[in-house]
Amino acid sequence: MAHVSELISSDIGAYLKAQERKGLLRFITCGSVDDGKSSLIGRLLFESKLLFEDQLATLASDSKRIGTTGGELDFALLLDGLSAEREQGITIDVAYRFFSTERRKFIVADTPGHEQYTRNMVTGASTADVAIILIDARKGVLTQTRRHSYLVSLLGIRHIALAINKMDLVEYSESRFLEIQHQFQPFAEQIGLKDVRYLPISAVQGDNITRLSERTPWFRGPSLMEYLETVEVDEDRLQRAAFRLPVQWVNRPNLDFRGFAGLVASGLIRQGARVRISPAGTLSSVARIVTADGDLDQAVAGQSVTLTLRDEIDVSRGDVISAADAPPEVADQFEATIVWMHEQPLLRGRSYLMKIGAKTVTATILPIKYKINVNTLEQLAATRLELNEIGVCVLELDRPVAFDPYELNRETGAFILIDRLSNNTVGAGMLRFALRRSQNVHWQALDVNKQAHTLLNGHKPCVLWFTGYSGAGKSTIANLVEKRLHALAQHTYLLDGDNVRHGLNRDLGFTDVDRVENIRRVAEVSRLMVDAGLIVLVSFISPFRSERRMARSLLQVGEFLEIFVDTPLAAAEERDVKGLYKKARQGQLKNFTGIDSPYEAPENPEIRIDTTQLSAEEAALHILAEMQRRGLIETI
Amino acid sequence: MSTLTHLQRLEAESIHIMREVLAEADKPVMLYSIGKDSAVMVHLAKKAFYPAPPPFPLLHVDTTWKFRDMYAMRERVVRESGMQLLVHQNPEAVALGINPFTHGSAVHTDVWKTQGLKQALDKYGFDAAFGGGRRDEEKSRAKERVFSFRSAQHHWDPKNQRPELWHLYNTRKRKGESIRVFPISNWTELDVWQYIYLQSIPIVPLYFARERPVVERDGTLIMVDDERMPLNPGEKPTMKKVRFRTLGCYPLTGAIASEADTLPAIIQEMLLTRTSERQGRVIDHDAAASMEQKKQEGYF
Repeated sequence: MAHVSELISSDIGAYLKAQERKGLLRFITCGSVDDGKSSLIGRLLFESKLLFEDQLATLASDSKRIGTTGGELDFALLLDGLSAEREQGITIDVAYRFFSTERRKFIVADTPGHEQYTRNMVTGASTADVAIILIDARKGVLTQTRRHSYLVSLLGIRHIALAINKMDLVEYSESRFLEIQHQFQPFAEQIGLKDVRYLPISAVQGDNITRLSERTPWFRGPSLMEYLETVEVDEDRLQRAAFRLPVQWVNRPNLDFRGFAGLVASGLIRQGARVRISPAGTLSSVARIVTADGDLDQAVAGQSVTLTLRDEIDVSRGDVISAADAPPEVADQFEATIVWMHEQPLLRGRSYLMKIGAKTVTATILPIKYKINVNTLEQLAATRLELNEIGVCVLELDRPVAFDPYELNRETGAFILIDRLSNNTVGAGMLRFALRRSQNVHWQALDVNKQAHTLLNGHKPCVLWFTGYSGAGKSTIANLVEKRLHALAQHTYLLDGDNVRHGLNRDLGFTDVDRVENIRRVAEVSRLMVDAGLIVLVSFISPFRSERRMARSLLQVGEFLEIFVDTPLAAAEERDVKGLYKKARQGQLKNFTGIDSPYEAPENPEIRIDTTQLSAEEAALHILAEMQRRGLIETI
Repeated sequence: MSTLTHLQRLEAESIHIMREVLAEADKPVMLYSIGKDSAVMVHLAKKAFYPAPPPFPLLHVDTTWKFRDMYAMRERVVRESGMQLLVHQNPEAVALGINPFTHGSAVHTDVWKTQGLKQALDKYGFDAAFGGGRRDEEKSRAKERVFSFRSAQHHWDPKNQRPELWHLYNTRKRKGESIRVFPISNWTELDVWQYIYLQSIPIVPLYFARERPVVERDGTLIMVDDERMPLNPGEKPTMKKVRFRTLGCYPLTGAIASEADTLPAIIQEMLLTRTSERQGRVIDHDAAASMEQKKQEGYF
């Protein structure tokens, strides 16, 4: 770097001129302490940046005192004692470090440690153009190499430098280098890493870091620094993608100006170009590209600009302005990959706030299709995602949003999930594709619906409709069934005919009209409760087939189980627990079922309980077994 | 294809952050310390909301001990930006006459700045405050988020920071909580100087080398900016060509001997000097109070 110092001292003007054209590259380094990650970053800082005297003095004395390089400068120590901070209990998920060369400024996302590695790496990788994956030349490709590589590919980093480090400890052996390269290649292909550079380096000795080393004459280059200075910046690639501008803020300083401010996520926009506003789908064209430095003819990915449009159309924060002929997709149901980042697990059925671009919506987690073992890439069944787990889920939103699949556009395909109560960022996600079946669903219906409740409860809702004569044993059996379901942690509610008549149906008598209304109300209440995800036990004489049919029609197929508690009239009358038959026989009760009002026995009940054969306990077990057989409950 | 330069990208990122705050916060404010980082922030704010003026006020938590040149610059910036300026001086500190000479730098900084800032934020009910902190400045900042949350008591909990991914910032908070936002987190000292140079941003003249009256104390050159500075017996201010790499309260800010009287010369000097920026700040030498601790207590 001596020549740079010379330029600075001899011609600062020329130096500054050169600095003006410098680009910016963000990269992440993956590897554990053992792979020499800290040494590598320290070495890069040392080689590129003009280290200050006080820093160098500290480094020299620390190297002597606590270094691992026998008194030589230990570059790992430049990274300001992360271990000490860990001891203090400070969570450092990512530390950002900066250095620059003549050609580029670099921002390094440094994600220390094994703990929380997935979360940290994903955070650092989300903005990286390049990943340097470190391998210890002595150890070759390890499980953790595969894990890092998978995460890098998951986050859509397109350029990878596989830095085979500690070459000095394998005598700069070309065959060892090639062996590792051949080990890694098939795996890279399997996970879709297309641009992988293999670099033999020694961070400690400085081989192939800034210039090619004489100790690896068989290696043609580039050196790591050369690679970092020339590899494509992702924003340059994004400039070639379709134009997207998520509107951050509507600028209305006065009645004559209405500008839409945002960071161009991808593509290029020219003054006069036709644009489409999503999700509304309205069209207009760009009147001006406004900046404080004057209007621009065009703007590209990575610039923060303000657009004004030719037409007075409704555009608000969260909308996406795109090229008219290449708009983003609009949908409200997706398949997405989610990386879970919080101690409280992600649960199916739960709703979270989802921020995508400048839009925040409510997202409900529908089935988790599978989670991924990041070490083996195996797909495993899951109903929850724990901290640092990765899964593929279906997400349902409360309203449609504009998006692109993440693999096409990291800016418009990425989202975060926020816990509504704690406000924490709990998950990071990448949209894979829209699910078409969401197109026909009216959005109001999606607000924490039956499915959502169901998923949260972990069991299916249904109605167990007990019908039969008064005194047949309906309430006794229903009560036993509920107790057992409750013990199995199922969410239940028992609607008992007598109890409901004390409140909701207090105004109804026992005429046929009132009996129908009685059942109608109970059926509607049952439906609401099923919507709420409950197992509803209805214990009503419900003598008429049509009302039972009506109740059934309110629910979906499989959600209504008619249970005929079949006790012959004579047997019920003989028990007469409440003394009602007696009263009815004496004429004190009018319209009593079986006496002076008909009972229409079910023709095809889901379950028939013959109380002359089964005890109440046995009946309850029989019902539970039938529920299990039908998949309503998992165990009994 | 037109590759953006590193400064264009840093600028765009900072503007994006500022707009995000304005769109999501109820009552944002920009902390203004009059230094070069503040100058860059005000400049970025003007760009972010153009043609509207920046739609939030500037807040200067004053200690009454800033250099006179700084107060002059403050007035100029307010005039030129069209922004409202709020000045807060901790009334308790005013009453007690807290100063760095009798109370020491730690008490001085805590009462005027840390307590003063909390008072001002509470008084006006600001829920988001922009600060000019940079990650390259100091160790604890390298790990602080762009959006950094403070409890209702203004405490920072470094163990409980939200991950920041892509360009997606989670700005949600409970009532009473606030956010400190650092839009120039990813800028380095060199970036700041280069940007000031390229954009011709006005900065306090103290950054440029001039003949100034100074006394040397513990190896640090302290400028005698006004008559409040008590001189030790036998101590006599001498005129030296000095400048400041960083600005704070004049008795706490060391000058360096320098010939750099233009921006390129300053940048040149900075690149060739062998000590890092914060060396001039007496506050960082205060061993009892690390920056991390100060931050947890509510210092910006």
